Parts: sequence; C-alpha cells; structure tokens
Amino acid sequence: MGGLQKKKYESGSATNYVSRNKARKKLSLSLADFRRLCILKGIYPHEPKHKKKVNKGSTAPRTFYLLKDIRFLLHEPVVGKFREYKIFVRKLRKAYGKAEWSGVKRMKENKPVYKLDHIIKERYPTFIDALRDVDDALSMCFLFSTFARTGKCHVQTIQLCRRLGVEWMNYIIDLRSLRKVFLSIKGIYYQAEVLGQTITWIVPYQFAHDHPTDVDYRVMATFTELYTTLLGFVNFRLYQTLNLVYPPKLDGQGEFNLKSTCEEDYALESESYSEKLSALSASLARTVPLVEDEEAEPDHFPAEGVSERQKCQKTLKKLFEGLKFFLNREVPRESLAFLIRCFGGQVSWDKSLCIGSTYDETDEMITHHIVDRPTINKQYINRYYIQPQWVYDCVNAKILLPVEEYFLGVTLPPHLSPFVEESEGDYVPPEKLKLLALQRGEKPREEEDDQIQFCLPQRLSVKVTPGKVKQENRMRTEQEEKAEEKRLAIMMMKKKEKYLYDKIMFGKKRNVREVSLLRNRCHFTIVCAFFCKFKNTIE
Amino acid sequence: MTGADIRLSDEQVDLVHRLQQGKFGDVNFNEYEVFRSGFPLCWCWNRHRSDSNRICHLNICSLDIRNTVGNIPMEWYKDYPHIGYDLEGKKIFKPIRNKDELDEFLDKMENPDYWRTVQDKMTGADIRLSDEQVDLVHRLQQGKFGDVNFNEYEPAIDFFSNEVMIHPVTNRPQDKRSFIPSLIEKEKVGKLVHAIKMGWIKPRRPKETTPQYYDLWAKEDPNSILGRHKMHVPAPKMKLPGHEESYNPPPEYLLSEEERLAWEQQDPEYRKLSFLPQKFACLRAVPAYSRFIHERFERCLDLYLCPRQRKMRVNVNPEDLIPKLPKPKDLQPFPTTQSLVYRGHSSLVRSISVSPSGQWLVSGSDDCTVRFWEVSTARCLKTVEVGGAVKGVAWNPNPSICLVAVSYDDTVVLLNPGLGDRLVCTATDQLISSYEEPEEVMDQSVQWAVAEGEGHEQGHRLILKHPKTVRQVTWHGKGDYLACVMPDNGSSLQVVIHQVSKRRTQNPFRKNKGLVQCVSFHPIRPYFFVATQRYVRVYNLIKQELTKKLMANCKWISSMAIHPGGDNVICGSYDCRLAWFDLDLSTKPYKVLRHHKKALRSVAYHRHYPLFASGSDDGSVIVCHGMVYNDLLQNPLIVPVKVLKGHTITHDLGVLDVTFHPTQPWVFSSGADGTVRLFT
Repeated sequence: MGGLQKKKYESGSATNYVSRNKARKKLSLSLADFRRLCILKGIYPHEPKHKKKVNKGSTAPRTFYLLKDIRFLLHEPVVGKFREYKIFVRKLRKAYGKAEWSGVKRMKENKPVYKLDHIIKERYPTFIDALRDVDDALSMCFLFSTFARTGKCHVQTIQLCRRLGVEWMNYIIDLRSLRKVFLSIKGIYYQAEVLGQTITWIVPYQFAHDHPTDVDYRVMATFTELYTTLLGFVNFRLYQTLNLVYPPKLDGQGEFNLKSTCEEDYALESESYSEKLSALSASLARTVPLVEDEEAEPDHFPAEGVSERQKCQKTLKKLFEGLKFFLNREVPRESLAFLIRCFGGQVSWDKSLCIGSTYDETDEMITHHIVDRPTINKQYINRYYIQPQWVYDCVNAKILLPVEEYFLGVTLPPHLSPFVEESEGDYVPPEKLKLLALQRGEKPREEEDDQIQFCLPQRLSVKVTPGKVKQENRMRTEQEEKAEEKRLAIMMMKKKEKYLYDKIMFGKKRNVREVSLLRNRCHFTIVCAFFCKFKNTIE
Repeated sequence: MTGADIRLSDEQVDLVHRLQQGKFGDVNFNEYEVFRSGFPLCWCWNRHRSDSNRICHLNICSLDIRNTVGNIPMEWYKDYPHIGYDLEGKKIFKPIRNKDELDEFLDKMENPDYWRTVQDKMTGADIRLSDEQVDLVHRLQQGKFGDVNFNEYEPAIDFFSNEVMIHPVTNRPQDKRSFIPSLIEKEKVGKLVHAIKMGWIKPRRPKETTPQYYDLWAKEDPNSILGRHKMHVPAPKMKLPGHEESYNPPPEYLLSEEERLAWEQQDPEYRKLSFLPQKFACLRAVPAYSRFIHERFERCLDLYLCPRQRKMRVNVNPEDLIPKLPKPKDLQPFPTTQSLVYRGHSSLVRSISVSPSGQWLVSGSDDCTVRFWEVSTARCLKTVEVGGAVKGVAWNPNPSICLVAVSYDDTVVLLNPGLGDRLVCTATDQLISSYEEPEEVMDQSVQWAVAEGEGHEQGHRLILKHPKTVRQVTWHGKGDYLACVMPDNGSSLQVVIHQVSKRRTQNPFRKNKGLVQCVSFHPIRPYFFVATQRYVRVYNLIKQELTKKLMANCKWISSMAIHPGGDNVICGSYDCRLAWFDLDLSTKPYKVLRHHKKALRSVAYHRHYPLFASGSDDGSVIVCHGMVYNDLLQNPLIVPVKVLKGHTITHDLGVLDVTFHPTQPWVFSSGADGTVRLFT
C-alpha cells in the first residue's frame, strides 16, 4: 500500500530499446554516419517481443536498437573521426568558395582518416571468429575487384580488393585447401577449408558490370572498407601460419622464370609484379625454406574414420599432380589456373594472353589442352582436347573423370552442384547416381539403353490375356487397414495438434510433390532422348 | 616573353598605334555600323549628339520623333495616352491604332511590305525596314557578323612571340621596388622561420596510401568473448546453390513454359527461385548475371538492417502427434460394410425407425408415403399414403404394442402396421378401441380423432390434429407417452406430450426459451430433454423443474440422443460438431468431435453395444465406439471406428437419419437419395 504510483513505460522493455531516431540523436550523428557506424560495428536492430509495449502504446512500424548497443557505440573513437570529417568537409567547402586553393590543398593533405583495426579486433576477438565471417568479405572483395576503375568507387579500393583477392587465392593454392567449385549462372562458387572452417565465396564472371541505379553504393563501400581491413589482417595471419612472406613475393625460381618472359611489355616494375602474382602460376617465397621431403608428418594415430578422411583429402590434394594443362585463350584463365594449381597441376597459356605463362603450346609434355570452342584447327596427337567443365567436375568428383564425355563438340553432361547433400526422400539426379557409382569404383553401365530398346517393341504389341481371379492381397488390405486406423485417429486429434500436424504434413507433401515432378520430368527426357536416337537409327 | 629584341613590322607598328588611340585593331572594322542600320536607340543618339552636330542634324531631319525616356520597359507607359517625351519635353502621343484583327489580316494579305514592317516600341510607329536592314537581320539570324566586310578568320598576329624585337613594347623605366628587397616578404619569411624553429610548422608527413597489416591476433585470448556476447547473434551464412543454379543443369530442373510464365508473373518477393534456371551449351556462352550487384547489396542490407532472432524450429515427428487409441479391430463388433439397400421412395427419406423386435423398419419420406420394410430381406411390405411430406416416424418402443407414430404437416397419425405377431396387433387395436370418453371433456389444444373408413383400412388408428406443423415425434420408453415438437419461435406451445391411453395432451412448459429443435425422454428416469438452438435443458417431470442446462458450444443443435444408461448425451449440430456430454461431469461438453465435413443431421446411440453413430450432409455415417464405464472416476472412451459411405449427395443433402438396430450392431441410415441403407 502507499508508495508512488508506477508510471507506464518507465521500466522494463520500454527502456531497454530505443528507436533508430532516438539512437541517432543520442549519438548526435547524421543518419548516413549512424548507418556507417552500425555497419562498421556490426550493430543490428532488434525485434522486441512486445512491440507495442516498447513503442509506448503505438503500433507504428519502427526499428528498435538495444539501448546497450547504443551505449556501447557512444565510446567509439571512430565517432569522433566522423565528426572531424564533417568539420573537414565544411572547411573545405568554405575554402573552395573563397577560392583559396593553397588552403584547399593543405586541407586535402590533412584529411582525417580513421583506422578500423580496433573494431576488427573487438568484433572478432579470436582469429577463428574472423575466419568464420570471411565469406562475405571475400565475395565482396572479388566483386569490387572486377569493377571498372571509373566512377562507382575509389580506384585505391578496387586495387586493394584485387590485391587481397590475389593474396587469398595464392594462399589457398599454397595450402591446397580448395574443396568444391561450382559454375553457376551467377558466377563461380568456391569452397575451401581453412583451419577447419568451411569458407564459400562467389566470383562473378569477367564482364563489365551494368551498374544498377537502385543500389546504394555508399553502403557497399562502407562494407568493403570493413571487409578489406578484415581480409588484410586475416591474410597476414594466414601467410604467417604457412611461413610465407607477406606481402607475398614470388620465390626465386618462379621469379626467374617469369622475368625471362615478356618483361618489356610493362612500364612499371610494381605493376608487372602484381600482375605476375595474380597470374597464379608461380609459387610464393617463404620465410623459412621448405624442406622438400614430406616425411615430417604429424604423429599418426590409428583412428579409422579420421584417417580415411585424411587419406581422401591427401589424394584430393594431388588430384592433378603430374598433369600439364594448357589453356586456350577463350577459357576463363584465372579460375582454371587457380583450380589446377590448387590440385597440384601445372598450367600455362598463350604468351600474349597474360603475363606468367610458363611453357608454350608446342610443349610435348602437355597432357590436357582446355578449349571452349567446337573445333580446333591444329591438334597435337599426344594430348586430350577437353572442355573446361571437365576440370570443375573432376574437382567435385574428387577423381579424374573419363575424358570422353568432355571432348570438343560433344554435348556436355550436366554440371551438378557439389553443395547439395541429398537426404532421405530427396530427388537425386541420375547423373549424381552415376557419379557415386564411379566414385565407388564401379564401371558405368551401358545396358540401360539396350533394355529400353528391347522392351519397347514388346510394349507396342497388343496382347490379350485370359482374365484371372483377383487374389486378395493380404499385404494390401493390411496396409489399408492401417491407413484407415490412422485416419480415424487423426479425427480424434486436438485442435492445436491438428493444426501443427496439418502444417507438417503440408510441407512433407509439397516436398514429395516436387520430387515426383522432377523424377517424372527426368524420366520423360530420357524417353525423349531415346526416341530421338531410335528415330535416327531407323533413318 | 623571351627577353630578345624584336623588330616590329610596319603593320604591327600601325596596330600598336591604333590600339594606343583606343581604336579597333582591325583597320576595316566600322565601329559605327550599328548606327547606319537605322535602329534609333536612345543611348547611341545621345552619344552622337555630343560627337558632332552633323549627325544630330541628319537624324532630326530623317526622324523628328525622338523619345527621351531611355532604355526602360515600355509597358510602364501602357496605361498612358503618351509613350514618352521628345527633345522639347513634350509628350509623344501614341499613334492612333484602330486596327482590329480583320484590318490586320487584310493588311497582311494586301500589303506586300507587311512582312518587313515592324513596330517601333519607343514611338509606337510602324517602320518599314529597308533592304539593307532586312539583310542585316538575316545575317544576324544566321549567326554571322553584322558587317559584311568583316573577316573573322584573319591570320592571328602573335604579339608576344619568342622573337625578340629591338624596340621594347613600353619604354617605361623600372620601379625602384623592383631593385630593393621587399620588407614584407622578409617579415613573412622571418615568421615562418620562427615557426619552424619553434616546432609549430612541421615537415609534411609522407602519406600512407597502402594500409599496414600486422598480426592483429598475436595476443589473442582463446577464451575471450565478444563484448556484446549476451545478445549477439552471428549472421547466418548465405544459402548454398542447388543444381538448378548450374550453368548446365540436368534438364529436369529447367522450367517448362507455363512455369516460366508463372514465375514471371509472380511478385519477386514470393518467388521460390530468384532466377530462371538456364542451360548453356558451353562455358563460353554464359553471360554476366545482371543481378549480381543487387544480390550482394541485399546481403549487405540483411547484415545491417535485419533484426536477428534465434528461432526454434518445431522438431516434432508428426506420428507422435497422433493420439494413441485402441485399435478398431479390438473394439468389434461394429458395422463395417453396407449390406442392404432399401429402395422404393422417390424423394428424401426424412426419418426411419426400427420396431422393438428388430424385424421391421419404417421410413417416412417427402413423397408423402410411409413404407414398412422387412429388415432382413429389404422387401417393402406395406406402403401407407399420408396427406403430406412425412417429417418424423417413431415406432413404439413397447414390444407389446404395435404402433407407429407418423408426423406430417400439423398431424400426427398413429398407425398400426399390422406386421408381426397378429396377437399383438389385435391387442393394440383393442387397446385403442377400449378407450372410454371421460366424464368431463377437457379443452385441449390438440384434437384427437379416430380414423375411420379407408384410413382405418390402411392402418390409421388415431389422428391428432395440432395447431402447428409437427417436426418430430418421440415415444417414451414405456410406450404410452408421445412427445411432439412444433418449432415456433416465441410461442409457448412448442412441445406437447400426449398420453395415448387416455388420449390426453399436456403442454409441459408455460414458456419455451428459444426455438426447440428436438426433445427426448430419459430412458429410465422421469427426465425430459429439450434441445433448443444452443442449449439442452433437462427437466424433471415429476418435480416439474429445470434440473440442468447443458451448453453445447455450437451454433445450432440439429439432433440429440440419450445414452441408454441415461447419463450421457450426444448432440449433433449444423456447424459440423458432435458434442458428448457427461451429465455427471459438467454442463459443458466432455468432448467435441469434428469428424464431419458438413452439417450433422442426426445422431443415435445403440441400445446395448457401446456404439454411437452420426449422419451428416457429406453423405457419410461415422460410427464411434463410445464406452461408458460404471466406475464414475473413469471418463467415457470415445474412439471413431468406421466411416461408412454409401449415400449419394442430392441437393446438398446426404444422410438425413441414422438409427441402430435394437439388438444387432447394425446401423440404418436414410438419405436424400431416397434410399435407406443397412450397414452390418
């Protein structure tokens, strides 16, 4: 009894959240700066449990941030830099207005810059945390590095992104930790395993971008700023773990090889060096010279499952070892070079195509020549001429696939996504089944076609059989009984459970429907293909 | 420029002279061209007047009107009769303009010089342009110089060339300040030197263009946690691509034409795939993905704008949700198959009833007939025509009396079908005929009449004329009392109870609340159940009071049945529900079943077996096992055991009545398709 009457919205969830505008005012930042700060610090809005309570009775749609998050932003040194930058812009504008060009120059030289090192350290207290989040950073960097050096962002950013991307690829090559590749219509997906973390990134195809107008590039640029910092530190650390020199340097042998070729085409030494690095054809210099023999393996513990997996990975690492590839000029050079080098193959290309080619087309030792055109005029005898999909499929299958299906002018087998892991009841395309059989070491069966060939005429001949007394199928009646029982039991369900049950069953049925649709279509295409073949043979 | 002396040519010297005199550099350029053109502009006139009298004189001769107002917007004089002032300061009046549109047009048509006539804004007079002036206008319109003779492409003369001339351009002696050091500069330099000495000015730092990286996690604490660890949810990774995203997917993943159209018409937000699967013959043919930047951008937006929440997925095996019920097999006997169909009626069969012996079945239909069937053979033994669509039939439950109550329109007829034991039949006839008129005739709302003539031949024995349409008839267990329902909202006479032996009629209720749907007698005790739209009221007939009011939790009760034990009631309703009441438990339903898809029309209990059935508009009869235990602590067990289908749905009506065989686990159902079916 007694005491002060409690007022509404002065405690509890209403005080734990603040709306975006309030947060912005508390930090005294403009909306753009607030947005930038949120991106850099990784602050995201929260959905309160009781929106109306938090919104002080109103139901207007609003974004809410945790008050603790905003308090946490208050002490951020970057906020100070934002304010400095604001003042800098104001001063600069004034100097421009007064046409004080010397002042403009001086101010531009003293432009306030901020560093994000401490933010990276704070957001990712351990290195593994950082590695876990490196997916988006890589995708973004690879995207920005394909931008034209005009307009949308600073040239320095593009160069930095390119440099970091090349560093990353070089690291992956050196570690040989690429696991999966996928040629999608969006770009090329890569998946690597670094320090136990699976990292997936996507690289767009090498085309000029048609820059959309409904994309806010400032947001993207802020993210890139953060991501380049993150990726730089991650790269540094990764290079350190492999005893590689950072910033990467080509090792002596590689440097020598490259020096001899087409040095005179590049005006700047620095430029040619970065190009050489991005050619991905030579290995990197180490701080500690590598011991050639690989006897120094870690102690071997006989654990069955693990050792099996290790063995598998070991063979995968040496998938292309001993093979010598030559890339024709129409294939995506960087992707293929990266891939082949990741699995221990040797790769080269035409000298005029790019810097860093190590051998010529005329080399007798070349085993595979990758071409993406229907025919090629001059063919050498002792090598396979194959389409680029072979390399990608081999990596995904973890074995060297038979090359016959990938010859020039041949209709390619479908390229499957290595990321799909079919569970019970999912649709598995027939190509995948074939592949699994190959991996198990079975010979691909050819009789399938013949079977259809034989059974088809039979099906066409009409035959009348004498009627038979229909045997009562005991199994079937039993099943029907079971189904009926279930139906009756479902009738007795409570309303709440019935709702949940219906929902689950709806989803299940949809899945089944989709799978059966795919299966039917697959069957249909096989039959169609067979008929075409059949027709051709008759003609 | 070079410091060398250059000798000026004669032309150049001439040019210098001209420029020094303030003349144009070009000799041929006529600076007074404008005035010759004949536009009398004020400022030029003024200038000329000061220049020479001659021109002034000439001008006055040619144009005596001169406006002195200057270069002002002439609309200031819009509202005045004059347009300015001449040299003497007199007003210049506007010329009288009385030309209207027509005159203007005629002028345009007739006057050959109309096109070269312009109005002088300053004086308002019309001026005809001379040929020269027209020429000038043309030239100016073409963007040429006004002067014909002006050559715009004359060779440029380089005044300040690298050739050193012997004559300096100016012969002025140099200033003194060009010899002695500047004091101001000295002061400034001194200040800078001082500032540098004091360390106020520092040399420029070399700019760092490339970011410096180092081992950020050199001293990392493996157990360290994020500052905002408590509420932080790491961003989910992006979904990995499936087969359909491949540049060369298996053909079954490609969309068909209809699917593609459907995809295009769908709102981008609701699409299952954000792209159209495509197949390319070779890698070279794959184009750039136009939405790549969009997708990255959307990912960015997701990262910083989306609230993150951990959502628990319901991980339930749907089989676990299904309640564990005893198997129907263990609950036998119950009707499982349709064994007989009783055909004969030509319209809906509204009501059926089985004789207490279980040998005969009576059915009343909308085709105004009552048919009697032999249960075991499905043979129609007798057809009795009545005067209207039969709403209800009820066989007297007393095995010693062979009497059937049939209701149509406002009449209830008691029929003696004459089936079965002849002794019973005659005993029944005797019972009816042995009635003696009481001494005092009571005034009754229902008129009792004895059937005679043809009606008697057909089996009619007693005819009860009611004031309103009778919907339902039902017998008391002893077979003496008969209750009739006349649904009529707001009337006090909705339910009447007849006593056949005394031919007496009672109206048990002074007032009825709501529309009475059906009534029923308690099988053992003197209770009477009245179902209105939403409630079932239980009256004690001896004490004449309301004992219980059951809330059915449904919109409109259609039918009701009492368990032979008398403690349980089921109610069917038009909103597809079947409510089971346990009278000992509560006035609310113990269980509500929603088995049927459509409105329930009738419900029935079996007299001996723990079975009950419900018939519905969806054409099905659902038989349930409804075990009632003697132990009061144990709740009744309700298990649906069979869905019986057979009736075809006509006019949106399926099964209209269900009833059980008195001894066998058989169920009869009558339907809107004019048939009665037996399920055994």
